[in-house]
Amino acid sequence: MSYLSTLSSAYAEIFLLVMASSILIVDLFVTNPGKTLTYVLVQLTLLSCALITVMTHEPIVVHLFNNMFVDDLMSDVLKLFSYLAISMVLVYSRSYLMLRGLFTGEFMVLTLFALLGMMVMISATHFLTLYIGLELLSLSLYAMVALQRDSATATEAAMKYFILGALASGLLLYGMSMLYGATGTLEVAAISDAIMHGVDNKALLVFGLVFVVAGLAFKIGAVPFHMWVPDVYHGAPTAITMLIGSAPKLAAFAFIMRILVDGLQPLVMHWSGMLAILAVLSMAVGNITAIAQTNLKRMLAYSTIAHMGFLLLGVLSGGIDGYSSAMFYVVIYVLMSLGGFGMIMLLSREGFEADKLDDFKGLNQRSPWLAFMMLILMFSMAGVPPTAGFYAKLSVLQAVVGAGHIPLAVMAVMFSLIGAFYYLRIVKLMYFDAPESHVPIAIQPDSGLLISINGLAVLALGIMPGTLITVCAVAVQKSLMLH
Amino acid sequence: MIFGFPLLSVAIWLPIIFGMLVLATGNDRNASLARVIALVGSILGFLVTIPLYLGFDKMTSAMQFVELRDWITHFNIHYHLGVDGISVLFVILNSFFTPLVVIAGWKVVEKRVAQYLAAFLIMSGLINGVFASLDAVLFYVFWEAMLIPMFIIIGVWGGSNRVYAAIKFFLYTFLGSVLMLIALLYLYIQSGGSFAILDYHQMSIPMTAQILVFIAFFMAFAVKVPMFPVHTWLPDAHVEAPTGGSVILAAIMLKVGAYGFIRFSMPIVPDASHYLAGMMIALSLIAVVYIGLVALAQTDMKKLVAYSSISHMGFVTLGFFIFNAYGMEGALLQMISHGFISGALFLCIGVLYDRMHTRNIADYGGVANKMPVFAAFFVLFAMANVGLPGTSGFVGEFMVIMGAVKVNFWYAFAAASILIFGAAYTLWMVKRVIFGAVANQNVAQLTDITMREKLIFIILALTVLIMGLYPLPFTEIMHTSVNDLLVHIARSKL
Repeated sequence: MSYLSTLSSAYAEIFLLVMASSILIVDLFVTNPGKTLTYVLVQLTLLSCALITVMTHEPIVVHLFNNMFVDDLMSDVLKLFSYLAISMVLVYSRSYLMLRGLFTGEFMVLTLFALLGMMVMISATHFLTLYIGLELLSLSLYAMVALQRDSATATEAAMKYFILGALASGLLLYGMSMLYGATGTLEVAAISDAIMHGVDNKALLVFGLVFVVAGLAFKIGAVPFHMWVPDVYHGAPTAITMLIGSAPKLAAFAFIMRILVDGLQPLVMHWSGMLAILAVLSMAVGNITAIAQTNLKRMLAYSTIAHMGFLLLGVLSGGIDGYSSAMFYVVIYVLMSLGGFGMIMLLSREGFEADKLDDFKGLNQRSPWLAFMMLILMFSMAGVPPTAGFYAKLSVLQAVVGAGHIPLAVMAVMFSLIGAFYYLRIVKLMYFDAPESHVPIAIQPDSGLLISINGLAVLALGIMPGTLITVCAVAVQKSLMLH
Repeated sequence: MIFGFPLLSVAIWLPIIFGMLVLATGNDRNASLARVIALVGSILGFLVTIPLYLGFDKMTSAMQFVELRDWITHFNIHYHLGVDGISVLFVILNSFFTPLVVIAGWKVVEKRVAQYLAAFLIMSGLINGVFASLDAVLFYVFWEAMLIPMFIIIGVWGGSNRVYAAIKFFLYTFLGSVLMLIALLYLYIQSGGSFAILDYHQMSIPMTAQILVFIAFFMAFAVKVPMFPVHTWLPDAHVEAPTGGSVILAAIMLKVGAYGFIRFSMPIVPDASHYLAGMMIALSLIAVVYIGLVALAQTDMKKLVAYSSISHMGFVTLGFFIFNAYGMEGALLQMISHGFISGALFLCIGVLYDRMHTRNIADYGGVANKMPVFAAFFVLFAMANVGLPGTSGFVGEFMVIMGAVKVNFWYAFAAASILIFGAAYTLWMVKRVIFGAVANQNVAQLTDITMREKLIFIILALTVLIMGLYPLPFTEIMHTSVNDLLVHIARSKL
């Protein structure tokens, strides 16, 4: 077998890298302000990546590059959802960014590089590749947050994001180096084996674990490492916020799976306790603080923190049920958050950001359809059936109760109850209040269609969630090395 | 299923589909089209439930018209529908009320008509789903989903303090439901991965777990019933809701909570039910006596009927937790009868409110002089609310009191006080609103009820009288199911 054909599992990443670099050059010659050619090329690249991922899929788990990279069902599923999410981000943000002069080649290329980072994270089984993927993603995002150069809030957000992100990367690296010191390897599977066979310096191992968990918590924005989330979500242009709040969560989930579950499974008794604290704090702080917000982007930021807490609950419950419920949760979460931020962009117009809660007043009278879509999204985020968000919560709670953590489950539903209040408030503003502005809402056909598909998908997945749940369960089952 | 025709699915989905159609008529320019579609949909929705009654086998307590399909295979969740002699009555009752609500809002609601009617139709389908579900997750989905249209109904078409009432209503009931979800998940794990409610009925559960499960269910159902002390959302929701909303709340939604007790709490955790029966009876009697007294002090008609509802629902929970056939059947009859009566009373108040735009008792007086036909109906429903023999209100209350006497004289004694307090607050309201001299200029300008309103009241008056004089059609259908339920509850599941 030639070397090239063994690479087939990484074709999608290689293709994406080639295309991103080419588009960078092609874009120099695209002069029209809409950047139509670049945009079409990017979308085609995403579509081709999806095709390549599907076509190079192997029924078995394939390890590449000396066990640095893996191609399994979970990574394929997560990558497909990442392409979809990125593609949706681009559709939603096109006219929004165009009006603000930000729909540039750099934006699109950086998005592709961020996606490449995510894909590497999703498929990494070695601390080096994990870290490289994470940094590629993070650096692209830092740059994108600062894309709006003349905006003070965006610059401030970028600074905060960069400094805290660098700190988190530092923590993570420090933890990884300790684990290396304790086990003598950077390979995830080998670390797991080494720990199982007994490690001399147990303290070093646990210290390493603490740093790694802290780094992860920083990256996903779990309390008490969440300070950057509201500021970055608020400060960044909404299109970038949407990007940060969507696809990277899929990669973060894979990242947690690879490090904690594949690599540090023997230490589960240590890390599951840490995750429990992070989860409860995230749900508490996220949901309670969100009530006090008057800006929708900040509110969604705190809601993200709460959702990440719920995700961690799934992870700490362990087993196929726990991990697949967390995976299902994160996929549904990404779908909902895309819709939520998409709605903000849809209602924004030149020189006006519809990111304050009051901007949603009386939306039902201005556009009943958009209000209905937002209603579905909000009830889904609150976890009210018949929307997808309910099954996400149901499957996580099922795993939590199944693992015997009933008090945790009770806490989770109590915080969801608190969370329901601020989602209901959006519905209240849209349906019960009179509109403050009567400016007609100009909806672009592409993003208008997408928000409809997005909202209806949340509803349809709420009525027929079975397939996606099964896909997640099979993906986890076939991919993780559960001991 | 008759001739393989999925009646229950039709009863659930037909109103929902019609609701979507109504929604599709768009803005208020097409209001009359929306009304017609809604009326057709609701009447069809009622007609399809009639074969449920006619085709029902009264000899068995097994589930009938069963539909079973895979839904979410990974969690072993099924689309599992079926009714027994208890739930079939509520499916019919619910479908019966939907056309009435559509007619009642015919001329009255003028803003966002399509959304208003669609919300009621969709809610009607969802409530049928609650009564027909035999899968715990399916039940929970319908149970929660019906909050959404009600939330919108109260919040958009309600009175001045509607936002507060809507959010209070939603969060209060959501609080109860989420705890029930934990209990259901616990049962799912304990049963080795089944969400079938009927499996839970057969499962043995240790006592501590039974008590915790009972409390979780209690949180969900007691809030809905509502039982003292978690009843405080109801007066707010009732007062602020538009007439149609109040009718559905009182006639149907409260029954959902009581239904939960007999479908979930009592058969799944019978030992805990017996163990905690004292508490349940105490809370029920407090509701009957104390809330009856509270009703006496109300100056707002809707609030008065709302408190009267809580007091009457106390009777229902009392009937359940004395564990005998009289109590149980009486409670079920009381649920149905109270549905008719409270629905009718709220419609009466709606008629007055549409004309006078006030619900204050003090603003009225001598309405009988100007609206004689209306006054006749109003007095009839008031008498039924008091429990006058010959009306439906009497049968249920009498049976529950008989059942209570068998258990403990003092239970019956306290429960019977409803006959006094109920008479006091209802008749006092009637006296101040209907009788006497014409109180003021506004009353003097009142016009009597229209044909549309008459039609609704005639239907309801006939049902109230028929049920009062000849309750057999109602009792015979539930008889076998109730007896089996009592036998089942008497067996320990430890």
